[in-house]
Amino acid sequence: MLTKKYLVKEKDYVNAGKVSSLIKKELKTIGVDESVIRKIAIASYEAEINMIIHANGGEIIFSIDDEGVITLVFADTGPGIPNIELAMTPGWSTASDDARQMGFGAGMGLVNIKRYSDTFDLKTSQEGTTITLGFKVI
Amino acid sequence: MKAKEIVELLNAKAIHVHDESFLEKEYNFAFSSDLMSDCLAMIVNNQDELVLLTGLCNIQSLRTAEMLDINFLVITRGKKLDQDLLQSLGDFNINTFSTPYTTFEASGILYKNGIKATDVDKEILG
Repeated sequence: MLTKKYLVKEKDYVNAGKVSSLIKKELKTIGVDESVIRKIAIASYEAEINMIIHANGGEIIFSIDDEGVITLVFADTGPGIPNIELAMTPGWSTASDDARQMGFGAGMGLVNIKRYSDTFDLKTSQEGTTITLGFKVI
Repeated sequence: MKAKEIVELLNAKAIHVHDESFLEKEYNFAFSSDLMSDCLAMIVNNQDELVLLTGLCNIQSLRTAEMLDINFLVITRGKKLDQDLLQSLGDFNINTFSTPYTTFEASGILYKNGIKATDVDKEILG
């Protein structure tokens, strides 16, 4: 069992994606198949971006267990998602102008996250949002 | 088509070449977008022979290419590149170029010369 914890900062657009990049490198080191790494990297990058542009940063926990199941937890203390159904609609976005200037706000974030993960769990309230993703590596 | 031919067709200037041998490699597909989630959603295969065209001139275009395993990036319209992108080029294995053509023109030039659109996941848009 391997567990790593990373912090991401609010509105840190320049470093957005750095944690996902580190996770991608970690997966390469342990010899995970490239197409699986790509799925994990895309889902992780989208979730990391969401924490930066919609919440106030937060914590990412990466773990891999002895059966080869990878779990990624993205926990923020942001304002929560008022309407999950809308947020999951392809093309629907509430990204700010600042975020759009950085290339975000296509409204595909949560759609991509769910599509690329084997298991997807989203819990949200006014106290924050936690997304838990699972991937089978073997 | 070889990467060096694409570079020539687009009159593109090298910003960062990770490995010179890449210029002899075949690239037969392209995708153009300024929205990075669209790239992440729509590009589902051909990554190893795909050139990504974008007007987004900040570090997130590099990160998106990195997540997708794309190693050929062309920034369009001769835009001035952000400092954060320029300072980070060495951290990425991505061959990065700048073309004076707009995204529309650059895409048209490549399409006219036989570069194909990559398969996209149309189901995701419902």
